[in-house]
Amino acid sequence: MKIPIAYSFRNLWTRRLTTFLTAGGLALVVFVYAAVLMLDEGLRKTLVQTGSEDNVVVTRKSSGTEVQSGVERNQASIVETQPEIMIDNGVAQISKETVVIIGLAKASTNVLTNVQLRGVGPVGIRLRPQVKISEGRWFKPGSSEIVVGIRIAERFPDADLGGSLRFGQREWTVVGLIDSGKSGFDSEVWGDVDQLMQAFRRSVYSSVIFKLNDSAAFDRVKQRLENDQRLTLEAKRERVFYAEQSEVLSKFISYLGLTLSVIFSLGATIGAMITMYAAVANRTGEIGTLRALGFRRSSIMATFLMESIFLALVGGGIGIFFASFMQLLTISTMNWQTFAELAFSFTLTSKIVINALLFSLIMGVLGGFLPAARASRMKIVDALRAG
Amino acid sequence: MHLLKLISRNIFRHKLRTGLTVLGIVVAILSFGLLSTVVDAWYAGANASSDARLITRNAISLIFPLPINYREKIRQVDGVKTVSFGNWFGGIYQEPKNFFPKFAIDPATYFLLYPEFVISDAERAAFARDRKGAIVGRKLAERYGFKIGDAIPIIGDIYPGNWQFVVRGIYDGRESKVDTSQLFFQWDYLNETVKVKFPRRANQTGIYFIEVKDPSMAATVSRDVDKVFKNSLAETLTETEKAFQLGFIAQTEAIVIAIRIVSYVVIVIILAVMANTMAMTARERLSEYATLKVLGFGPAFLAALIFGESLMICAIGAGLGILFTFPVAGWFGTQMGTLFPVFEISRETLLLQIICAITVGVIAALVPSYRATSVKIVDGLRSIG
Repeated sequence: MKIPIAYSFRNLWTRRLTTFLTAGGLALVVFVYAAVLMLDEGLRKTLVQTGSEDNVVVTRKSSGTEVQSGVERNQASIVETQPEIMIDNGVAQISKETVVIIGLAKASTNVLTNVQLRGVGPVGIRLRPQVKISEGRWFKPGSSEIVVGIRIAERFPDADLGGSLRFGQREWTVVGLIDSGKSGFDSEVWGDVDQLMQAFRRSVYSSVIFKLNDSAAFDRVKQRLENDQRLTLEAKRERVFYAEQSEVLSKFISYLGLTLSVIFSLGATIGAMITMYAAVANRTGEIGTLRALGFRRSSIMATFLMESIFLALVGGGIGIFFASFMQLLTISTMNWQTFAELAFSFTLTSKIVINALLFSLIMGVLGGFLPAARASRMKIVDALRAG
Repeated sequence: MHLLKLISRNIFRHKLRTGLTVLGIVVAILSFGLLSTVVDAWYAGANASSDARLITRNAISLIFPLPINYREKIRQVDGVKTVSFGNWFGGIYQEPKNFFPKFAIDPATYFLLYPEFVISDAERAAFARDRKGAIVGRKLAERYGFKIGDAIPIIGDIYPGNWQFVVRGIYDGRESKVDTSQLFFQWDYLNETVKVKFPRRANQTGIYFIEVKDPSMAATVSRDVDKVFKNSLAETLTETEKAFQLGFIAQTEAIVIAIRIVSYVVIVIILAVMANTMAMTARERLSEYATLKVLGFGPAFLAALIFGESLMICAIGAGLGILFTFPVAGWFGTQMGTLFPVFEISRETLLLQIICAITVGVIAALVPSYRATSVKIVDGLRSIG
């Protein structure tokens, strides 16, 4: 026969302060654990949305990022002749772009922050359908006008709509804000490619991006480009390209976060164990009585484990509840690989909720197992006498 | 005396519970110490920088170079003592994860500006003679087993191609906080190769290092240097080395803040565990406290009993935690290798660890001692814990 579950709940309620403290400790651990997963998920989501599966990024071999890359004009022309490039209304869907970093001063601290500046043409805009103008308008080709990602505009007042930035011996007017649905382009500044190359006295492109007419043709075109003796380039699917750019940051976040979670969970599990040992010790008499009434050892074990698991789930629930508010926050930090600012937000998914609850469950079981085992192993006579 | 005896007896009444609590505190104090040290390591570069040195770079951003002929123009600015220059090289040694800074520098002037890199005259001369020569830091040499005469192959990313440098000297730090995980090689070697391979990028350098005659002139010299190049193709931005380093850190500030917050979260977690232990202890002993009251002991004695126990548990835990921080930080530092060139436990960290432990001990005892002192004797005696 089983002991009613209500017995476990009642006991937790009787020792409210202890229950609250233990659950609070567990909640904090789950909070940190969930926050780390959310941050990593947010970073991943940002970069997955930045790249498109059908777009190919061509950069100089082993350059890693667009900023370090350089594609000569004659090389870009060879890339342009590939038959796998999609033709739309007679226009080849290929964009030769320049990517540099400029320093913007944060209003509050006057510290310079590195921001990625991308020179594109009309096709470059069409290749990224997710990038939309949220306020103002696109820059006019051939003018000193720029559009600014919303994440940059909200943090740098100079770069907001109507403002202007000075670089390359020119004033650049901000005529629009771009919103790309939380992708990496939200942290970029875009302008006309020819104007920007002129301003920076650059004669080579940074990268060439084109759309495939058939997604399956990627391997073929990659092989042809990389084996061409005239080229020193490499081709990657845009999605893979951006995922690789955040590898270091993503690894750092998950390693640091998971190490911390494990260390913290040790603390919280110890807390749960102390509580459960005390619960068992205080109820030795009760346990004896229950056993005398005919409840089995396994029932006793189950009831104490239940109590511990319930305690952990309460903690886990509270932790997730508070972690869900983190979604309102946006983190912006320098991506070490691109050397430029990247903004991303905490993102909660059902998978993270399940993971966090599982995590708290494990802490509950680990914390409750030894005390529950002790309770179930008690001899009836001794237990009754102790009570 | 009786009080101390009573406290220590009390502590060992529930050996398992006390043991677990101490273990929890050890883990918390240890991780707090580690996290603070990580944050310190983040700022190590800025702390080691000198006030008498300025850094001049391209005003647009660091990725744009400056012409090499700026050197003479900077030297003419009033208050400038020495000018040197250098270039961040990037590059990969065997695998991307083997990261360490590589700089192309001017052998004649660079080490005059950076006396904290200690190197013998013979080695410096050997370095200056060999165009492909390199000087590596002690920590770097130990990590990868570099010896004098070894060739180090580097795959270029900013400067494509296969590069090879021959170790001509190993430098030590004048103090322990000096970063000895860097590699320096001759800027001339870089420039000559670039001239052949990418003529457009030749005769340029990333940054200029300036030593001013007097640190108090830093601000005026910075302004004067920038004024010289105003409205040129490559405008400059000059700031003190410290401001330059802090600017870097500011860009990853979000991570530093997150680590700081998290290091205090661990203290709150352990506070919950400790407070719980004390709450349970006091709850179980309510009848004993009532008995003590009957015997004539005042509330101050009871409070001292509970605070003493709480603080003593914290002291044991914190003591062990601080003791373990040293070997664990040492191990962590070697694991992180060149990512954190300077990884030292500061005195502030130790002090903070102690303060946190005391705070936890005091707060954990607050509610239980209030309960114990305010309980009515009759209720206390009746209580069954």
